[in-house]
Amino acid sequence: MIIPHPLLGPRDAAEFTYLGDTSLLMRPDPSAEAKPEKLMQAFHDYVHLRDNPTGVHKELWFHEQGDRSWLVVTRNISTHEIIAVELASDVKKASKGKSK
Amino acid sequence: MRYSIWSIIKQGLRSNRDWKTAWRDPEPKASYDAVIIGGGGHGLATAYYLASEHGMTNIAVIEKGWIGGGNVGRNTTIIRSNYLLPGNEAFYELSLKLWEGLEQSINYNAMVSQRGIINLFHSDAQRDAAVRRGNSMILHGADATLLNQDDLRRMCPYLDFENARFPIMGGLMQKRGGSVRHDAVAWGYARAADLLGVDIIQNCEVTGFIMEAGKCVGVDTTRGKIRAKKTGVAVAGSTSRVMGKAGMRLPIESHVLQAFVSEGLKPIIPGVITYGAGHFYISQSDKGGLVFGGDIDGYNSYAQRGNLPVVEDVCEGGMALVPMIGKAKLLRMWGGIMDMSMDGSPFIDKTDIPGLYLNAGWCYGGFKATPGSGWCFAHLLATDTSHDVATAYRINRFQSGAALDEKGSGAQPNLH
Ligand SMILES: Cc1cc2nc3c(=O)[nH]c(=O)nc-3n(C[C@H](O)[C@H](O)[C@H](O)COP(=O)(O)OP(=O)(O)OC[C@H]3O[C@@H](n4cnc5c(N)ncnc54)[C@H](O)[C@@H]3O)c2cc1C
Repeated sequence: MIIPHPLLGPRDAAEFTYLGDTSLLMRPDPSAEAKPEKLMQAFHDYVHLRDNPTGVHKELWFHEQGDRSWLVVTRNISTHEIIAVELASDVKKASKGKSK
Repeated sequence: MRYSIWSIIKQGLRSNRDWKTAWRDPEPKASYDAVIIGGGGHGLATAYYLASEHGMTNIAVIEKGWIGGGNVGRNTTIIRSNYLLPGNEAFYELSLKLWEGLEQSINYNAMVSQRGIINLFHSDAQRDAAVRRGNSMILHGADATLLNQDDLRRMCPYLDFENARFPIMGGLMQKRGGSVRHDAVAWGYARAADLLGVDIIQNCEVTGFIMEAGKCVGVDTTRGKIRAKKTGVAVAGSTSRVMGKAGMRLPIESHVLQAFVSEGLKPIIPGVITYGAGHFYISQSDKGGLVFGGDIDGYNSYAQRGNLPVVEDVCEGGMALVPMIGKAKLLRMWGGIMDMSMDGSPFIDKTDIPGLYLNAGWCYGGFKATPGSGWCFAHLLATDTSHDVATAYRINRFQSGAALDEKGSGAQPNLH
């Protein structure tokens, strides 16, 4: 697979390490949940559970042997076709903007 | 018809015209006592043991393609019980014992060959870890032998013992480990289950579950509704997809693992050898092909094929360990989709939905588990209690802090 890096252009996927579903960007906020059981549940789900869908999947890749940026790659995991690539920092900013 | 030397001679004398198909091709009935989704090794073994051990014969296995087309027909066929953790080792040892008696019990030649598996070590620390693992295995009634370099030189003189970076110091051997003909496992269990009255329904995809008053009472399929008092799911790489239809999110990611076979060569590799300093393992099939593989590709995939970086990594491991294989030509390579769990260990458990049971999370190591998994899943379906050796395989173990992480690498499926 070739990942079109938004800053560096096309890069071999072997330069990256893979973390997983972008739900990992949405870490639960400990200060927003007062009940410890609910907080435990939220963290359990965050760390361990995955949608694991077929077809389009948004996922985190780290350009370890490159510029060490985190990317959000939108990929069809049934065909390995890469649909879109963004900087994870931009995605995170955009999602914060929305929730406010 | 019972298979034996006499049946072969008799049919041979009659120009082989009286062989019957090995299992029927029945129409699905409107209802069963239990249905198993997935005609892989685990689903078929479960059906066989439900019928043979628990007397449940009004049951069906529902397979979306043909039986044996999934991972049971794609794996590198290694069987062993060299696990470390108590929650795992007793289970895998039961499974290995069942392999030892399998061909007699199902009357089918699955070519179970206990040719031994050797895990190599390359440093003092790795030797200590091997000794600890071997002791854990022996405590659970399995066998383990520590080999030094001289022992290994006698068995496999072609290994690169003096490799500058990772010299081979010795290995932990399990003599009772080995390999099995994978397709024959699917066919043998299918035939034996069919003879006991189990319906094996192929080309029938489960598209949803029939829920009534919060209970699972059957499945929707491409060939109509099939009602069942109990529904067991054993669909390996498709687990999240199928369980998603019951609204469940699971601690599983689907990843692709590749495997490779060379052209046929004279016998050279005695058993299974695994490299301790990289991702590479190798054995030789009875036809002579070198069967080898390495690490998973490491990203979510449902594509049943992998990418070249892992091919390169596997070949580098092979060249570092067994330089002579550089001369062999590659015949085939392929990939299979595996249900990688968050701690690398499986699930055999009830779900929160009454009537719905789950068997999943086998990662890249579920072939060896086939008889044990079928045995324990059948026990769970028939008795509603976990089998003694499968009590650790709970779906909610991450909530209670009871993860079974052999590698200790945490909730990161591509590191297990
Ligand atoms: C390349 C490779 C090498 C491996 N090497 C080894 C090894 O050396 N040793 C080892 O122990 N393990 C190994 N494994 C792992 C092992 O193959 C699997 O863990 C095991 O086969 C999974 O169980 P199964 O046989 O039941 O799965 P499968 O054979 O995949 O069965 C699942 C079945 O469910 C069916 N299904 C899916 N969705 C539906 C639906 N909606 N409706 C109906 N049916 C459905 C599928 O078609 C499939 O036939 C390897 C795997 C791969 C890919």
